[in-house]
Amino acid sequence: MRDVAVIGIGMTKWGELWTKSLRTIFVESALLALDDAGVDKIDSMVVGCMSSGLFVGQEHLTSLLSDYLGKNPVPAARVESACASGGLALRQGFIEVASGMSDVVLVGGVEKMTDVTGCEATFALGTAADQEYEGFHGLTFPGLYAMMAVAHMHKYGTTREQLALVAVKNHDNGSKNPLAQYPFKITVDGVLQSVLVADPLRILDCSPITDGAAAVVLCSADMAKKMKKPVIRITGSGLATDTIALSSRKDMTWIESTHLAGQKALAMAGRKIGDIDLFEVHDCFTIAEIMVTEALGIVEKGRGGRAVEEGLTSLKGKFPVNPSGGLKAKGHPVGATGVAQAVEVVKQLRGEAAERQVKGAKRGLTQNMGGTGGSSVVHVFEAE
Amino acid sequence: MPNPARAWREYPQRYRLEAEKCTKCGTIAFPPRLVCPQCGNRKFAKTKLAETGKLLTFTIIRVPPDPFEDQAPYAVGIAELEDGVKLTAQVVDCDFAALKVGLRVRLEFRKLSEEGEAGVIYYGYKFVPE
Amino acid sequence: MAGIVGYGAYIPRNRIKVEEIAKVWGADAPSYKKGLMLEEKSVPSPDQDTITMSVEASKNALRRAGIDPREIGAIYVGSESHPYAVKPSGTVLAEALNATPEVHTADLEFACKAGTEGMFIALSLVQAAAVKYGLAVGADTSQGAPGDALEYSAAAGAAAFIFGQDKLIAEILHTYSYTTDTPDFWRREYQYYPQHGGRFTGDPAYFTHILGAARGIMAKAGMKPADFQYVIFHQPNGKFPLRAGEILGFSRKQIDPGWLVPKLGNTYSGSSPLGLTATLDIAKAGDMILLVSYGSGAGSDGFIFRVTERIDEVRNLAPRTRDMLDKNKAYLDYGVYAKYRRKIRKAK
Repeated sequence: MRDVAVIGIGMTKWGELWTKSLRTIFVESALLALDDAGVDKIDSMVVGCMSSGLFVGQEHLTSLLSDYLGKNPVPAARVESACASGGLALRQGFIEVASGMSDVVLVGGVEKMTDVTGCEATFALGTAADQEYEGFHGLTFPGLYAMMAVAHMHKYGTTREQLALVAVKNHDNGSKNPLAQYPFKITVDGVLQSVLVADPLRILDCSPITDGAAAVVLCSADMAKKMKKPVIRITGSGLATDTIALSSRKDMTWIESTHLAGQKALAMAGRKIGDIDLFEVHDCFTIAEIMVTEALGIVEKGRGGRAVEEGLTSLKGKFPVNPSGGLKAKGHPVGATGVAQAVEVVKQLRGEAAERQVKGAKRGLTQNMGGTGGSSVVHVFEAE
Repeated sequence: MPNPARAWREYPQRYRLEAEKCTKCGTIAFPPRLVCPQCGNRKFAKTKLAETGKLLTFTIIRVPPDPFEDQAPYAVGIAELEDGVKLTAQVVDCDFAALKVGLRVRLEFRKLSEEGEAGVIYYGYKFVPE
Repeated sequence: MAGIVGYGAYIPRNRIKVEEIAKVWGADAPSYKKGLMLEEKSVPSPDQDTITMSVEASKNALRRAGIDPREIGAIYVGSESHPYAVKPSGTVLAEALNATPEVHTADLEFACKAGTEGMFIALSLVQAAAVKYGLAVGADTSQGAPGDALEYSAAAGAAAFIFGQDKLIAEILHTYSYTTDTPDFWRREYQYYPQHGGRFTGDPAYFTHILGAARGIMAKAGMKPADFQYVIFHQPNGKFPLRAGEILGFSRKQIDPGWLVPKLGNTYSGSSPLGLTATLDIAKAGDMILLVSYGSGAGSDGFIFRVTERIDEVRNLAPRTRDMLDKNKAYLDYGVYAKYRRKIRKAK
């Protein structure tokens, strides 16, 4: 296997992009990444997108996107693993370069979510659950995570305020990220008084509906060195699956797929969790970040809530989690999220994260998750 | 609108709670599977789920997906049945304030959703407090 | 001898009070309560219909019957609120009970007497030895037009009976039907709410048929009111069955155990059948019970039952009707009631 480096990153402002179509937001980010890398010719393209079919009625994305990027007849593949589609695209790009199959790969992620009603979006996102035995009973994603929250609170005494503190922390970070959908601060009271979505989760516990895309350019580390670019290597990649239905899990308070993907990625990188300087994780809901910090081993089982309270995961804490603002403040265009996490980590490791820069960051980790943890992708990035 | 076949083929599970028990390790698969998730065995014997259990967790859906727009707000929970199977279903005939982990529930036959005013009606199980 | 092998009831949890409905229409609640002898009525949840209630009532009947559902050879669901205009309720019921595929099934409709129609047919098939067991259900989630007098009474409930020749909890000694063409109440195809003939629903309709059937079956059996421990008449409101009893010479003691209407409302096809389940809940071996149903249009079915000793073995194997009526109630305001009954016009 060859060493793989990220030589270009691209991301535009996320939000409700009423004037822009799926193809436009993708091409904008892809062009930024190609320009950042200083390359024009790519050997292959991988795109993560969860549900362009349900959100905009468009499948056959690779043909559309390579066409509008002006890259036909480049080999291109779309990958899907619900909200982990972006992370999965990154892993597929990584495998292509590492294997020697391709030298330069453009990895993109995109989702255009605001062309449908709220109910339709809720339905589309719900397809990441077991359609016949969860969705059929009226369950939604906020509903599934709410049930995980109730179980976590019951088992470990995690409090409603601790959940709110995750959102407050991530909005603090997001307020320093000009590309974030909601770059402003919120308060614990604001979260606790916001509208209920699925008890006990309120609207400010939830990541928003977002239009957005992100892209990175990968190539072999040797090639990157010759290009005299800051070389950020991907040193570890882990992917794991778990049961699609939450009810089939042994423990609803534990995300086993994240735990396993994290262990695999760290083992590949030859690192321990304590070696990592910053984390971009899948806080689709406040409870998710708490459970992910536990599954990755940043904190012990059941201590995720207290860790936020104690500031362990804040920007200036020992283990900064979601300096970008996370899915909560930055936005969560589902298929783009996993790629945007890589964009943030590369920015941080290059020292380009401005106000939200984690000082002296040398190693970062991304964790991207599908459904309630039915799939998880973890990557480790390291600066030279 | 999906073809009615999609719901029809699930009737044994949704109407009668039919499940399958692994002949090797005894794991109950609901819905039935071809491979035991516990031991990998491929032989099962027919069985039926227990009709009572207790809630492991629950939520109240305030923002529903499209087909459930008229039902919101409604409660959904996961209960562990007497036979150890964990089942997801709505919790009805229960004041929201009375929902709690450990609440004893039984299964009742209810309407789950319908394909608009003219389409087929979907029936199945829901939890009610015991 | 053929008779009832098992019986079961189902009443939804929701209720609405007469006052709550009267308030919306500016009607005088005390006079309605007194005139109709109604206090409140049951209301189905949005996820309950004739099919779901039939399944639950039939499961209760099966619990008491203690038979293999595959031995049921005929299933009839009587209702004027079948969820489908075309496609049977009975097939869902048969599938849910695991009684398919060797079973004869039909949906019946005859205003409020569709339940006893099913009982009549299922019993006849058992008597003819065409089937081992037959299941009949009377169930309804009836709708009265908003503001109409029927809105105070149209309620939801179901009662199910399994008939057979063995394991009887009540023998059926006689049946009798009394039918004429009397248009006192109807609902045309594609119409949402029924219409009725006002006071014409009384003497020429309800009373003529109820009294005709009651007198006819007693004459056939050579019995008089004093020979019965209990009597159940169809209960469109509280007053009619009491008046019918009075005319025929029955006492309140005979009527009251099956007189559920003041707290239940008129469950249409489930009305007199639920009166029977409530009566069986308290009956003793040897008790004689007279049941006379009524369906607009119009007709009455009469049954004479003699309770057997097995009643004591099965009574507590399923919930009692009065418990479902009196316990675990949830009162609705008119707004929620209107939403549940789809009386609110929404977008789309």
